[in-house]
This record gives sequence, structure tokens and C-alpha cells, in this order.
Amino acid sequence: MNNKSFYDETHTVFGHHENKLFQWIFSIDHKRIAILYMIVMFAFFVVALLVALTMRIELFYTGEQIIDPDTYNQAFTLHGVIMVFLFIIPGIPAVFGNFLLPLLIGAKDVSFPRLNLFSWWLFLFGALLAIISLFVGEGFADTGWTFYAPYSVNTNTNVILALSAAYILGMASILTGINFVTTIHRLRAPGMGFFKMPLFVWGLYSTAWIQVLATPVIGITLILVILEKTLGIGIFDPAKGGDPILYEHLFWIYSHPAVYLMILPAFGVVSEIVPTFCRRTIFGYRSIAISSAMISIVGYLVWGHHLFSSGMSEWAKVVFSFLTFFVAIPTGIKFFDWIATMYKGSIVMKTPMLWVVGTIVTFAIGGLTGIVLATLGITTHLHDTYYVVAHFHYAMFGGVVFMLFAAMHYWYPKFIGKMYDETQAKVAFWLIFIGFNILWMPMFIAGALGMPRRYFDYLPQFEIYHQIASIGGFITVGGVFYMLYVLIKAVKNGTKCGPNPWNATTLEWQIDSPPLLENFKHTPYVDFEPYDYKNGVPARNLYEKIDKGV
Amino acid sequence: MDHNNTPEIIYDKNGKAYEVVDFNNDYTGDKLGFWFFLFTELMLFGAMFLVFAFYFYRFSADFVEASSTLNILLGGINTFVLLISTYFMGMSLLDLKNKKISQAKLKIYITIGLSIIFLVIKYFEWMIEINHGIYPDSSVLNAKEHGQILFFGLYFTMTGLHGVHIIVGIALMLWVIYLINKKTINNKKYVVLENVALYWDLVHLVWVFLFPLFYIIGRG
Repeated sequence: MNNKSFYDETHTVFGHHENKLFQWIFSIDHKRIAILYMIVMFAFFVVALLVALTMRIELFYTGEQIIDPDTYNQAFTLHGVIMVFLFIIPGIPAVFGNFLLPLLIGAKDVSFPRLNLFSWWLFLFGALLAIISLFVGEGFADTGWTFYAPYSVNTNTNVILALSAAYILGMASILTGINFVTTIHRLRAPGMGFFKMPLFVWGLYSTAWIQVLATPVIGITLILVILEKTLGIGIFDPAKGGDPILYEHLFWIYSHPAVYLMILPAFGVVSEIVPTFCRRTIFGYRSIAISSAMISIVGYLVWGHHLFSSGMSEWAKVVFSFLTFFVAIPTGIKFFDWIATMYKGSIVMKTPMLWVVGTIVTFAIGGLTGIVLATLGITTHLHDTYYVVAHFHYAMFGGVVFMLFAAMHYWYPKFIGKMYDETQAKVAFWLIFIGFNILWMPMFIAGALGMPRRYFDYLPQFEIYHQIASIGGFITVGGVFYMLYVLIKAVKNGTKCGPNPWNATTLEWQIDSPPLLENFKHTPYVDFEPYDYKNGVPARNLYEKIDKGV
Repeated sequence: MDHNNTPEIIYDKNGKAYEVVDFNNDYTGDKLGFWFFLFTELMLFGAMFLVFAFYFYRFSADFVEASSTLNILLGGINTFVLLISTYFMGMSLLDLKNKKISQAKLKIYITIGLSIIFLVIKYFEWMIEINHGIYPDSSVLNAKEHGQILFFGLYFTMTGLHGVHIIVGIALMLWVIYLINKKTINNKKYVVLENVALYWDLVHLVWVFLFPLFYIIGRG
């Protein structure tokens, strides 16, 4: 390879800079921006993990161990805000979407590269605002990441700063969404119709629409809470005729689609990895593509299931319960398609595939317990217990974050141009996978027995579940650190790999690893299906064609 | 960046030629992206209209009574001011396309002038209420019926949010003038002005819904 990669040269927003740091933080190259996001995101991810571990240590025995109850309230709020707004929501779209979307559709960059950089700066600004709110005044918000009124209106902690941070992060997310929808509509390589796009692009497309259409609703809701706190407009204040339940509705109109915003790109990742490691085209391409769009549409209409015990008409409950069951169907379609792809295939169990198979187990548990919670009778019993916490973490950590880890291992050679140590990466997987199940499986039982969520202390009969969970917590966090160590070590010591180490078929594997500044020297004409294998090898190799343009 | 103006052409198997869209120079993409941004604005105001609808349904009588105290004349004048301003905004785009640069700039200045008139009238309207002691969390307002408190809470929030959009619009128009002077915007490349004009239409459109909801429901 005599080509200069995007690590060697870049476009910046203000022209040329000598300073290496400026060449990064002012770069408008989508690949560099993806790496900028990754650095900020993982820094916060580690912080939030350590906060979670602190809570698990606190809960190891009954009574107060290392933090007082008020700090505990702030700790779970901080953990939730960071994990949701700074890690999982931007996670796959901002890092892997930014890096890969143009590569997957044969484009040289996204439609608005400058806007893309601006999104990152907004993201950074929002993140710093959240950090500032930790250290000034009464400390971080203690409301939980949902900021429910009227408590969020009345508490003296720094809710306004936290809300502003969430609002700015939301703006960053909206702008990324606008960028992606436009990119997908405008910049696909000639010949690539919508049903020739790789499925990760379909996932990003559905996600971007949710970002565009749902995020403004939470934006205005957060502004209303700020106005309520500063001016007392009364919209969520029962003393003035306002209705706090309305806050819950507005909040979940965004925040439930946000859950799908997190999971849809993750599903897209799985749809890329499964055909690559089964060496065959994916089963039911169209059904996976359309089910992504279906999830994002139906996902809009299920928010009410967060309010089953908040006070809602019986009719509304029945409708929301039905729709919640219904949204499981497109999700199920995807699962069966992946399993059908694997069925009787000669599966290559490399680390990314291992993560995907592990995720199919954990996410199935997360998804199916969601069905249990959608049942009107049972949910009254399980509402706000550890059962919900376990369900949520099985879906978010065992689903989205595991798939994000899968993506990290799958595209690592494309990002870095080198390969990590396969055995060590597998050890990291097993540590996290086992630790994860030890951590959250007992919470299902504790929750079903009545352990409420967000409590600082608990009755003695729950001690055993908390202790098992805490041990699992240590294993999980240890596993995550080991995984990061394995991946970071390979940046220096990894073995060099060619353009296509996995024998994958999509366009990003037809160019150098790491890619050139504008990705494709010559844009390919795409008149083929994305996952085209013949006798277990990719049906075509476009490397020469893209490099030389013949 | 050495982007020469010749687009990349590629061929399919039959030798048919296709032009690769240049991401740095994509008029349709620029417009499309801005339309998606307008969707987010619709959702933003849409959520507010939802809140309004909810409380209007719950406190219809109070809302009607509170609405009748607003000054429909000033609100009506403002509606016309905005309507005329969108006319000048649109005409400036036509002038620019026809290379009448100074005409186009003049019409943008008129639009800015009309927006400032709108804000001044809005200021006096707000001051009338505030001088009567009616503003969020005031003792006068808190003594009123629940529906009236919410009506005025929504009134100040929604017209305030709309006012912020007017101010942003003025800033955008000044920026457009600057770009026209720099010749970045000209009769060949006018998408920025076109998008600002679209934004201005949205701002006007929102007002067209705010006006009957706040001023006319009390006149039934």
C-alpha cells in the first residue's frame, strides 16, 4: 500500500493547520469525526461504569457503606444520564455510522461535513456542561435520567444544567440525523437502489428519522421544565392546574422511540456480521430492511407503556399494551432471519460473530421480559422493581452495547488497519458475557419478589441477590477493561491486515484499511446485492477496480 | 481540496454513463437537508400545540375568557406584518435569480425592517399584560382560575419561542446580506437564501396558527 490513509492527511474547516491536535478537532473528514466521538464517548463510558460499580459496592450489604443516600440518588442519575445521552444514543450512529455510512454506500463523505463537525462540538459542549453541573452548587441532579416533574421542578440540585446538557446533546443528535438521511438519499453510488443498500444503512436510515422527528419533542419538553423552574409557567405544576403526567407523556414520546434509536443501528450491525461469518447471503433481506422501518414507525406509538401505573384510561392502556406486543413482531422477524442465515451454515466463530451469538441470547431475554412487562396485569406488580432494571439492562447492555462491542471487533481492522489478538478478545467476551448474566439474572428474581428500583437500602432477604449481582458487576467491569486493553494494545502491536480480512462483501472492505482521505479513488457502479457469496467466497473483488478505475 | 468542477462519471456494464453526486456541491441535498430541519421545527412547535390542545380541552371556558383579554388588533396587525414580510422575502429570491442584486438586498432589508416592527408590536403587547400584573408566577395571575394561569403560561411560552425564531431569522438575513456582499451567494448559487426564505415561511406559518389559538378563540 503506497496510499496515504486518512490518518496522514485531512480536510479541516479552517484550511490547513500545522498543529496535529487542530488537524483532528477541526477535521471535517467523517472518519476522523467518528474517532473523535469514540474518544469522548468511551471516556464517559468508563466514568459511568465506575459510578455503577460504586453503587454495586454500596448495595453489597444492607445499610450505608461508602456513600450516603443523597449521593446514591445523584449516582444513579449520573450513571443514567451518561449512559443514555452520552454513550448509547450517540454510540453506534455517531461512531460507526459516521465512519461507515459513506463507505457502505460508496460515497466520499457525508452530505454536510461541516455540520458533522459542528455536531461533535455540540456533543462535547453538552458533555462538558454535564460535568460542570457535578461540581457547582448543590451537585448533580438527583432525579433519575428521566427528570420527572414535579420532583425535577422542586429539587435544589443542578437540574437546569443537566437539562441544558441533555438539550444540547439532543441538538447534536438531530443534526447527525439530518446529515444521515440526506446522505442516504443523495450520495449512494450510482446503481445502488434502496434495496441494494447494506442493512446497516437501513438501520441508520430508520434511526436518523427517529432522531429527526422525535428528538425535538424532548427538546421542547426539557425547555418547558427549565421555564417551569425559572419562571413558574405552571404547565407541570398541579397547584396552577398543570399536569405532571403530561410531562411523562411528552418525555416518553421521545424517549421510547429513543430506545429504538439505540437498538436499530445495533440490529444493522448484526445484519452485517452474520452473513460475513456464515459466508452466505442474508436470509430475508427485504424483511429485515422493512422491519427496521416498521420498528421506527410502530415504536412511536408505544410510549404509553411507561405510564401503566401513572394513571391512564383503561382504553389507552389496552391500546398501548397491544401496540407494545405488536412491536415485538418486526423484532422477532429480524431474529428469525439471522438464525435462518446461520442455520446449516459453516459459521466462522471469530470474535465479532461470538459477540453476535452472545447478544442473540441476552437480547432475547431482554426482549421477552419486555413482553412480560407489556402485560397489563403483571406490570402492576413488576412496575418500578428490579425486574424492570434487569429487563432494561438486558436490552440495552446485553443488546445495544454488546452489539456495539461486536461492531468494534468487526470494523477494528478497517479503523486501524491492524488485527487484535483473537484469543484475548475471546477471553474478554466470555468474562463480560458471564459477568453480565451473574450481574442481572438475580435482579429478575429480586424484582419479582418486590425489590424496588432506585432504593439506597433494602430488606435483609434481598441481600443474597445484591451480593451475587455485585460480584457479577466486578467481573463485567473487569472484562470491559480487559477488552479495552486488548483493543488499545493492538493499535501498536497488532498484526497488519489487508483490505478485507474477514472475506466480507460490502463496499467498505473493497478499499484500503485504513481508508484513504476521500475513501474511493473511483466510485464503483453498484449493480449487485450487498451480501453476494459464491461457494463460500465473496462473489466479486472490487479492490483493483476502485483503485485503478478500470 | 482540489475539487475541479468536472463531475466524476462512471459507467455500468452496458456503457451507460452516470454522474456521481459531488457532496460538496449538491443543490438538491442542501435543500433536502433543510427540509428535514424544518420537520424538526414542526415537531418542536407541534409538541407545544399538543400541550395547548390538551389544556384547551380541559379548561375551554377559562381559555376563552383569558383569550378575550388579549388585544386582537395588535395581534392582527402583526399577522399582516409577517405576511407582507414573507412576500418581500420570496421576491428577493426572485430578484437574486434575475441578477438584480441591489433589488434583492433591498427586499431583504425591508423584511428585516418588518420583522423588527413585529417584535416592537409584540413588546408592547407583552408590556400591556405585564403592566396589568399578568406574567408567569405573578400574584395577580396566580389568583386567577387554573385555566387562565395555563393560558397565559402558554401564551408567554409559545409567543416567546416564536419571537426567538424571529430574532434568529433576522440574524440569518443579515448573514445572507453579508454573503451576497461577499458574492458567495449569487444568481447561480442561491440555496442559502432559498433555505432562509423557507425558514421564514415556517416562522410565518407558525404564527398563522398561534394567532387564532390565542386571539380569536375568545371572540366566538
